[in-house]
Amino acid sequence: MTTSPYASTDAVVHLRGVVAVLGGFPALTGVDLRVGPGEVVLLRGANGAGKTTVLKVCAGLLRVHQGSGQVLGFDLGERRRIRRRVAMLGHATGLYDDLSVAQNVAFWTAAAHRDRDMPGDALSTALERVGLTGRLSDTAVGRLSAGQRRRASLAVMLARRSPLWLLDEPHATFDASARDLIDALVGEAVASGVTVMLASHDDDRAQSIASRVVDLAGGAVVSDTGAEAAGPATASGSATP
Amino acid sequence: MRDAWLIAAKDLRLEMRSRVALTLVLPYVFTVVLLFGFAFNADSPTLQRVTPGLFWVTMLFASMLTVQRAFSVESADGVRDALRLSGLDGSGIFLGKAAAILAQLAVIEVVLGVSVTVFYGRELRGIGVLFVTAVVASIAIAATGTLFGVMAAGLDLRETLLPLLFFPAIAPVLIAATQASDLALSGDSATGWKWTALLSLFAAVYTAFGALAFGPLLEDS
Repeated sequence: MTTSPYASTDAVVHLRGVVAVLGGFPALTGVDLRVGPGEVVLLRGANGAGKTTVLKVCAGLLRVHQGSGQVLGFDLGERRRIRRRVAMLGHATGLYDDLSVAQNVAFWTAAAHRDRDMPGDALSTALERVGLTGRLSDTAVGRLSAGQRRRASLAVMLARRSPLWLLDEPHATFDASARDLIDALVGEAVASGVTVMLASHDDDRAQSIASRVVDLAGGAVVSDTGAEAAGPATASGSATP
Repeated sequence: MRDAWLIAAKDLRLEMRSRVALTLVLPYVFTVVLLFGFAFNADSPTLQRVTPGLFWVTMLFASMLTVQRAFSVESADGVRDALRLSGLDGSGIFLGKAAAILAQLAVIEVVLGVSVTVFYGRELRGIGVLFVTAVVASIAIAATGTLFGVMAAGLDLRETLLPLLFFPAIAPVLIAATQASDLALSGDSATGWKWTALLSLFAAVYTAFGALAFGPLLEDS
């Protein structure tokens, strides 16, 4: 683990020597990573490299076994506070099959905004933006296609109005128009100050929207392209070109 | 309490749309009542004597189905991670889920009570004790079921393990509720109230423990 010269308040995400263990095996073996405000960071790597694990640590869904860091100014140990502030689009939709799209989005939005005023248009804006309006918004999620379910999941993420988006394979299961939608949403979000971290195998598509590419292998950062532009980063063992 | 209300409203909305209690649990309860009637002969004194026990055993079986349903919806397609990400308070989630289960148990109890009265012909006495017993026993069952439901939720064999965890823990409630109901139906309400007081203690302890333990259990499930 190295000591970063950068104040944690400068970074949206700042991981220092983070080790995370999944099922008895180290999924992260010492990740150092600093992500500044408004960056779009693409996490790349083979299966098992640790991309999803990094996102889960940043979402507060996984305990860190060693190392330290902050997400949105909160220590990694303050997982509940972190979770309430990030938005994550994972492989699973996180939706109730028997509720309609609108009911799902309303429930998760109300949960996310329960201790602050919920913008009156959060729900309708999110549904409109992902193209699930009218009859589709009243349809049970379990009766939607995989792509439509993922759009509904995207609507939940939009309605959270989070300053940090964590996207795990965001283009997967989407058709071409929905992939364009994802790219457009990321662009709009970044323009409004949101920071985005995404893990993807769709290199060309993901790289076209990323301002920085971080390669992972064996649970550690092995290269970090574009870090200088975003502010000096990281890391023992990371090669910053 | 806001978190509890949000979760309870969501769970009841899920039930209204899926109608699992209506299409699965209520027919199950009705069938068990009929089968006990066939087994013991509906006119026999034995059936009359064991009616309180049969009522509460059937309620426990029905509550098992209700609890399993309440947690199977939270296990589907990443919902548990979404629930963690929501930042909802653990005790609020516990109280909300327990309240939704309690509401469903109340409906089942009414149907079961009417069925037992009609088919077994046991004369209703000690209505006050019976009503309070039903309320506090249901709270205890809902609280215990919610607690063990989240414990079993992360396990591969949860459908098998949940009854193994739940039934031993709920045995004191079964005994107290059966005793209170039997004494009330026999006309000894004074002694019945003592069992009801014990049931209230169980309900309070299970609810308090569940509210404290649910958050950490959700983390580890």
